[in-house]
Amino acid sequence: MSNTATGNRGLTLEEPLLFEQGGPGRSGVDLPDALPVAERLGGLRRRGPIGLPDLSEPEVVRHYTRLSQQNFGIDTVIYPLGSCTMKHNPRLNEKVARLPGFADLHPFQPESTVQGALELLDSAARWLKALTGMPAIAMSPAAGAHGELCGLMTIRAALDDRGQARRLVLVPESAHGTNPATAAICGYEVETVPANARGRVDLAALKARLSGDVAAFMLTNPNTCGLFEDEILAIAEAVHRAGAFFYCDGANYNAIVGRLRVADLGIDAMHINLHKTFSTPHGGGGPGAGPTVLAAALAPFAPLPSIVRDEQGWRLIEHARDSRRKPLGRIKGFHGQFSVIVRALAYMMSLGGDGLRQASADAVLSANYLLARLSEGGLTPAFAGPCMHECLFDDRFLDGTGVTTLDLAKALLDEGAHPMTMYFPLVVHGALLIEPTETESKASLDAFADALLALVHKARSGQAVELTAAPRLTPRRRLDETRAARQPVLRWKPDTTDKGD
Amino acid sequence: MRYLPLSDADRRAMLQTIGVADVEDLFGDVPAAARPVDGFGLPDHASEMEVERRLARMAARNLSAGNAPCFLGAGAYRHHVPAAVDALIQRGEFLTSYTPYQPEVSQGTLQALFEFQTQVAMITAMEVANASMYDAATACAEAAAMACRLTRRRRVLLSGQLHPHYRSVTATQLQFTQAQVEAQPPDPHSGEDLIRRVDGETACVVVQNPGFFGQLIDYSDLGEACRAAGALLVVAVAEPVSLGLVMPPGAMGADIVVGEGQPIGNSLNFGGPGLGLFATRQKYVRQMPGRLCGQTADADGRRGFVLTLATREQHIRREKATSNICTNSGLCTLAFSIHMALLGESGFAHLAALNHVQAVTAADALARIPGVRVLPSAFFNEFAVKLPRPAAIVVEALARRGILAGVPASRFYPDHRELSPILLVACTETNSPEDVEALVGGLREVLR
Amino acid sequence: MSELWFTREHEWIRIDGDVGTVGITDHAQRQLGDVVFAELPEIGKLVARGAEAAVVESVKAASEVYAPVGGEVVAVNGALADQPGLVNESAEGDAWFFKIRIADRGEVGMLMSRSAYDAMVAGE
Repeated sequence: MSNTATGNRGLTLEEPLLFEQGGPGRSGVDLPDALPVAERLGGLRRRGPIGLPDLSEPEVVRHYTRLSQQNFGIDTVIYPLGSCTMKHNPRLNEKVARLPGFADLHPFQPESTVQGALELLDSAARWLKALTGMPAIAMSPAAGAHGELCGLMTIRAALDDRGQARRLVLVPESAHGTNPATAAICGYEVETVPANARGRVDLAALKARLSGDVAAFMLTNPNTCGLFEDEILAIAEAVHRAGAFFYCDGANYNAIVGRLRVADLGIDAMHINLHKTFSTPHGGGGPGAGPTVLAAALAPFAPLPSIVRDEQGWRLIEHARDSRRKPLGRIKGFHGQFSVIVRALAYMMSLGGDGLRQASADAVLSANYLLARLSEGGLTPAFAGPCMHECLFDDRFLDGTGVTTLDLAKALLDEGAHPMTMYFPLVVHGALLIEPTETESKASLDAFADALLALVHKARSGQAVELTAAPRLTPRRRLDETRAARQPVLRWKPDTTDKGD
Repeated sequence: MRYLPLSDADRRAMLQTIGVADVEDLFGDVPAAARPVDGFGLPDHASEMEVERRLARMAARNLSAGNAPCFLGAGAYRHHVPAAVDALIQRGEFLTSYTPYQPEVSQGTLQALFEFQTQVAMITAMEVANASMYDAATACAEAAAMACRLTRRRRVLLSGQLHPHYRSVTATQLQFTQAQVEAQPPDPHSGEDLIRRVDGETACVVVQNPGFFGQLIDYSDLGEACRAAGALLVVAVAEPVSLGLVMPPGAMGADIVVGEGQPIGNSLNFGGPGLGLFATRQKYVRQMPGRLCGQTADADGRRGFVLTLATREQHIRREKATSNICTNSGLCTLAFSIHMALLGESGFAHLAALNHVQAVTAADALARIPGVRVLPSAFFNEFAVKLPRPAAIVVEALARRGILAGVPASRFYPDHRELSPILLVACTETNSPEDVEALVGGLREVLR
Repeated sequence: MSELWFTREHEWIRIDGDVGTVGITDHAQRQLGDVVFAELPEIGKLVARGAEAAVVESVKAASEVYAPVGGEVVAVNGALADQPGLVNESAEGDAWFFKIRIADRGEVGMLMSRSAYDAMVAGE
């Protein structure tokens, strides 16, 4: 690597922190003068400066543009993170979400002035209910984990209403971490259910754990190994026979949307990650939305607010006293992730029932195509048979090479691909979970497979060091996470400015 | 189907590679009973032009706040967002990236988060801040849960000055835990005495500044009382622009600060998504919920950033995690940070001063209307007024005149008859003198 | 004369009189990788045999440290707060976690010898 005087490498530009730039005498905003009035702060005026840097607009625009160039995004590369559904984010969604009639609405405007917004929320709810076949939906959850909370709290409220104090929530050992974390917030203890040799829930083991003490079984379907739970009807029956509820983690809904109704699987509640299946952007971590569909037995306990329509038009029900139900309370400020829901509705309307069905077919087709090509190239599938929307490999194919799953992922970065999900699910050794989604072209899938197989070839032909030392070509090489955790530096201060070691 | 790149020829070739005849063969595990024979009754795909037309029609049925004199607040505030903010957050590398778990190709998001955490810590005068929660209401619930863990106590005391949504979300989210949530009655006249209620069982007291009814309160004495009793002081900030002018919670002894970041950099969006701010003391960081970004170095010794202290989080600690949160408000933090960067020290203070001046001007004009009384003695950009008629009826009447006059307290507290005449009025830099004239004139007419 | 015992959960305990010094085994620290944090119990805390007494964290994992025997925590190793990496350098030496005053000597009989522990690890 040739060293430049600036540390920059062509288009890869070094960018200092905001706080290391700027200075007094400039500003990125022009505000009108404040009229002189007697302040009414009751003596609570801030004392002393905050320490924020002053910067002009060009400096700020350049700062963030340069930062953006240090990121991979779906717009630049394939991003096949298993269980994350990194599909194309249509720009029409962005455009309509910014219409002033949606973006510039205050949550507490009189209902007469927001009839279109309430209609929109109801339209999105109708689409999701039609797709899942479920009779009710809570629209306010902010994300997948928040939808789980909504669903599990609703279950707890329904059980409390029946006077049933149950103690346990069961989850498969391959569950997302949010499942047990959510169960704990709802006051439940968590027990795990093992998988069988085919990567599905071990039905006999589940039955053995079901009892009058179990409140719910939480299952991701397709599961976190990318497989459809083919005994799901028997699972649902067993769960219900024990008087428990069947919660479905909808993180992998993209494989089945438009093809089956989750209501027909015996599911009592499921959250839907709009930022996965319904194409709203991940935005570097959020925001998302996790509307949660509910069976009839749970519907009375759904959180506030809800939307009703009467002769005067659409109305928001914001209080239990105005509801004929027994809502469990409010789980989110205002009315939920409105602008995320606008985007998701634009997506559903764009694809329609036929397009959603084609999208899930293409998602499953693409994952199976990678499964076939990579297996052919020597990767070791974790389980036999076709997969759903993501394919899962263990790391047996790396045995004896001195290369780990992590090394392979880091080497992919140099090849200009975002890696797959690694080391999840935990039940598969050195797991590689690959979810290409339906929005990659065949050429893109081939390029990814070719790159991965070329790296595997290197690993197996004595060139391990090329992988273990990767990445070399990214804006930063491997970062010292141990140092970050041992001496946490979580904010800038004048004395934290150094250039590393 | 413009979002699907595979052609039929591609699909056939791929099926051949896989070795199956039909894509339906890949769905063989789906029980036949769950395959709808009659379809879903949904419309087929539609063109971009058609979808835009239908959604624009829905949008047109709303009165956008920019098309009316708007004095609505109560936890969501309409500020001018500089054009550069939206242009920058729409860069695909920010918009379409995932949570930065691969730091080598996520330094842009990570550095922006590190800067965001620093900005939030600075303006709240706290030591550390996290990379965001969903909104202030859920952040408030998380703060109460964190205080219970830290103090190993159960009693959570919620002020009557706290936003009613923060109160109800906290009560809902903690209802199945060991915590005992005690909400004080709503406090429009700022008369509550919380110090008297702090005892050796109290995990935390949760207050808000400026209060829900607008009152600015110095919570330093309450902070002292909490410290003496071994309880934590949690301060919520619903309008972060206030921190450009008003003494920050950290200077009053707050142990945890939660806030709503929407007003900086983000549109109203009918209330969602929000941006939950969360700041605390360094010594409490291992009990903090949510993601944290930290500084470190790469293999070549260059400064870089990573997500850190992840053992607090659900993907590692599972049922023992500090929270179940995963997805947060990433892009909203970016908008917040860019807006803060454009404002800078001088712009932030100036913006806050403008908001205060607008509110003082409006409050004085409203107070001159017979029968109208401004309640808080000290406020920032929002204040409660007592009207001679039920506020909800007044608001409806003014809405028919094209004026968004404020938020009636009865919308949150329908069972509190004494709050029915109370209206919350918020002013920001977006309000013109003509807006205030329209509000005052309209109110005079409606009250006549 | 001190005696050294092990648990299935990869703790060691060195017993001198009625006080046992507890840490995690060298095998355990290798499994964890770089240790970044140790959460220690409060002095005076009473713990039962097998109860969670401390937590040891690497970047990507957190493990409980269980009390090999029941008793009262009488000392904790403050050095781990500043130097969690000591666990990697000297797991069975300087990087002890806590000392416990043993309530019931009878519980010592349920612990494993070095050779039994090594055999268990070899069989994993």
